[in-house]
Amino acid sequence: MNTVSRWFGRNLLRVYAVVAFTYLFIPVAYTFVFSFNDSGKSNLIWKGFTWANWQNPCGAPEVCTALGNSIKIGLLATTFATILGTMIAFAIARHRYKGRSTTNLLIFLPMATPEIVLGASLLSLFLVFQINPGFWPTVIAHVLFCMSFVVVTVKARIASLDPRLEQAAMDLYANERETFRRVTLPLVAPGIAAAALLAFSLSFDDFIITNFNSGTMTTFPKFIYTSAARGIPAQANVIGSAMFFLALAIVIIGQFVSRKRKVS
Amino acid sequence: MSDVASSARGDLKLSHITKSYGDFTAVNDLSLTIPEGSFFALLGPSGCGKTTTLRMIAGLEEPTQGTISLGATEITHTKPYQRPINTVFQNYALFPHLTIFENIAFGLRRRGIKDVNDAVNKALELVELPHLAQRKPTQLSGGQQQRIALARAIVNRPALLLLDEPLGALDLKLRRQMQIELKWIQKEVGITFVHVTHDQEEAMTMADTIAVMNEGEIEQMGSPASLYDNPKTAFVANFLGQSNLIKGSITGSDGANQIVDLFGQKISLQKDRSHAVDNSILAGIRPEKFRISRLETSTSGNILTGGKIEDVSYIGVSTQYQVLMPWGQELMVFEQNDDGVAPFSVGESVNISWEPIFTFALRGDDDAEAGTEVNPEEDLDEE
Amino acid sequence: MRKLSTPYLLLIPGMGFLFTFFLLPLLNLAQTSTQTPVGGGDTGEYEQSWRFANYLDAFLENKEQFGRSFLYALLATVLALAIAYPLAYTIAFKGGRFKNVLLVLVIAPFFTSFLLRTIAWKQILGEEGPVVPTLRSLHIISESTTLTSSAFAVVMGLTYNFLPFMTLPLYASIDRIDPRTLEASGDLYANGFTTFRRVTLPLSMPGVVAGTLLTFIPAAGDYVNAAILGSPQTKMLGNVIESRYFKIVDYPTAAALSFTLMAAILILVTVYVRKAGTEELV
Repeated sequence: MNTVSRWFGRNLLRVYAVVAFTYLFIPVAYTFVFSFNDSGKSNLIWKGFTWANWQNPCGAPEVCTALGNSIKIGLLATTFATILGTMIAFAIARHRYKGRSTTNLLIFLPMATPEIVLGASLLSLFLVFQINPGFWPTVIAHVLFCMSFVVVTVKARIASLDPRLEQAAMDLYANERETFRRVTLPLVAPGIAAAALLAFSLSFDDFIITNFNSGTMTTFPKFIYTSAARGIPAQANVIGSAMFFLALAIVIIGQFVSRKRKVS
Repeated sequence: MSDVASSARGDLKLSHITKSYGDFTAVNDLSLTIPEGSFFALLGPSGCGKTTTLRMIAGLEEPTQGTISLGATEITHTKPYQRPINTVFQNYALFPHLTIFENIAFGLRRRGIKDVNDAVNKALELVELPHLAQRKPTQLSGGQQQRIALARAIVNRPALLLLDEPLGALDLKLRRQMQIELKWIQKEVGITFVHVTHDQEEAMTMADTIAVMNEGEIEQMGSPASLYDNPKTAFVANFLGQSNLIKGSITGSDGANQIVDLFGQKISLQKDRSHAVDNSILAGIRPEKFRISRLETSTSGNILTGGKIEDVSYIGVSTQYQVLMPWGQELMVFEQNDDGVAPFSVGESVNISWEPIFTFALRGDDDAEAGTEVNPEEDLDEE
Repeated sequence: MRKLSTPYLLLIPGMGFLFTFFLLPLLNLAQTSTQTPVGGGDTGEYEQSWRFANYLDAFLENKEQFGRSFLYALLATVLALAIAYPLAYTIAFKGGRFKNVLLVLVIAPFFTSFLLRTIAWKQILGEEGPVVPTLRSLHIISESTTLTSSAFAVVMGLTYNFLPFMTLPLYASIDRIDPRTLEASGDLYANGFTTFRRVTLPLSMPGVVAGTLLTFIPAAGDYVNAAILGSPQTKMLGNVIESRYFKIVDYPTAAALSFTLMAAILILVTVYVRKAGTEELV
């Protein structure tokens, strides 16, 4: 008894972590398991194992259209948000100019605004200008909420750069442009990549703002939400699980590559 | 590079350089000539303006006033990349995303040199690390990084090499070894080295000429030996080694010597070793120049009587004594442990003597404590 | 000249974007919030009449949902903090060489759509899931008690969905703590709890503030969890705004509610950040 309680005392935190991770992963595991459910239309009760859903992930109506839209929107929004956000991050981190605190505030505000307010206000604007909600309004909305996260992520990376590295480049005959291209940009690049990855995952998974600005166009989250009432086809579980493994693979490969680069 | 500035050679001349940040003056009206081919050290405590001076020479800061020229070319406002000057940065600033080879080749490539292999390999050989060319900086030890930083600068054959506390991050043994190596490399390549440091021992080991800086100004400049033997100010006397400074007054003259009264005891001082402006002086004697003797022993030269041993510290090569004098001042005495004389013990009454030629004199109104309170290990500079 | 204009050139595109698609819409929303229905017009037709009483009406009509939004968001934030802090601490101090792997695991659930995961909870906790029958057979809950369609399920869903947002900033600031400061605290006669309270917690405060903000703000405006896991009795303000927009087409009320929500959040955030003494975060 004594040894048991002592083991618990020493490993309390680790036990806690295992419990927390279990909590995080229960629904992921559930989604994965039910992607093999031979369920027909509504994937509520376990009816038997099948590979069919994985063999034909576009089998359910609309699911792949929705997925395609989500990917397209995600890629476009990520590109714009990353470019705009990185430029702002450089301006804030590297320059002293008038109105710096105003820009900081303007970057912070969208993050402090609930998504529903962002979505609703954008929709009102589009309505005033008689722009129909749909693909491009959704892209604009996504750029809006992704940009601030890009600024914050890239800014942190720039701030952690040792200014002496750029000074050393200038000292070694690189002019401003070359210093930026050969030293600053390569060193900030991992931060930009992380920001882009974050922007894509935020965009891909967004429902609330999308719901306000997409009109009749479906996206993957919208597809799930609207089909929730009558039961979600197991193909959605296939796609959700596939995304999970894909992202995990990208992150692990990324880690592996960066570690290998450090060693060799 | 077709710039005039980039091909400049010759002595480096700073004239009336001032650098202010708002109300704070980091460097104040500093003028200085560093002869081509010399090993020059800027020595001073944290915040004395030495790093700011170095950064102005490198082109990383612009002086508020004054001019900097290299040979006949003025470079005060040229960009760092237009100057034939390279820097070994504090903590080295090696590019973490490039291999050692590419780090060293960086400057050559920027100047449009296509075939860099030979030069880079030679530089690697000079610092004795040719096998590390394909590593990344993070895989190197501190000492290795230091050498690569040196190679990266030297490979460009600059007119001037700046070293900003280059050995600060190394441990003591490695530092001593690198000091000797740096001196050798400087002789080998013949480039002017300007070395910034707060470590007086480091400056004295390596440099031909030392400029001691304090509060944005140069206190004294000269060879290590001349600074040590004949300091002009209490700051220099205390910052370079240790000094005993005793208040006194000049009471007369005897040929080439002056007679000085120290609390009623007469000693003599060479006239040319006095920097006093009037009769009131601070007489200075280095602790290792003192000899302690028991009362019954006869001694020659300058003698101060009535001392009492307060403290004894045995440190191997020498023994350090604190001797309390009748006027209440404690004098420091370093005795070599080589004469077989039995060590003195606490409480013993002793006399102190020294050769008159070792006495130096400072202005009587100088602050006897100046330069003693700085912590030489402190690494915070004015950046 | 060039030096002066560089930052502005960098800022103009992004700031122009924020001005057009963030500030302008907010101003427009402010205007909408004071409109009134056109007499005798169709549903959804409004005219500008600067009726500020819209705010009072909207608030009084929905004060329950208002209170619920903030209560649920607060509960979810506290729960998430309680779960995430030890987790982040464990990863930072006991993770060793698995640190990065564990960190990826915290973010990994993100990649399965959060809606899929929320619906998964609904099914796991639902009548046909494994949890309810087990608890019933153990007589922990009564035959008539359900877990879904309840405040419990909504708060649990909110906690779950925003847990990574809490864990990551916490990890970032705990990982920066030098473990030697904790040893020093122990050396200076502090026991484990005192060390935590006097050293670890104050040093990790920036992470606590960032994490709670990143959890509280989206949780207070959320309506998906309440829609999927809740019942009509657990509606939050987000649900009201959503239905005013899409079902009732009552734009002024929706706008007034949006603004009230945003204002309330901003005030709370400002007070909180001031109190926590980490203003440099903003």
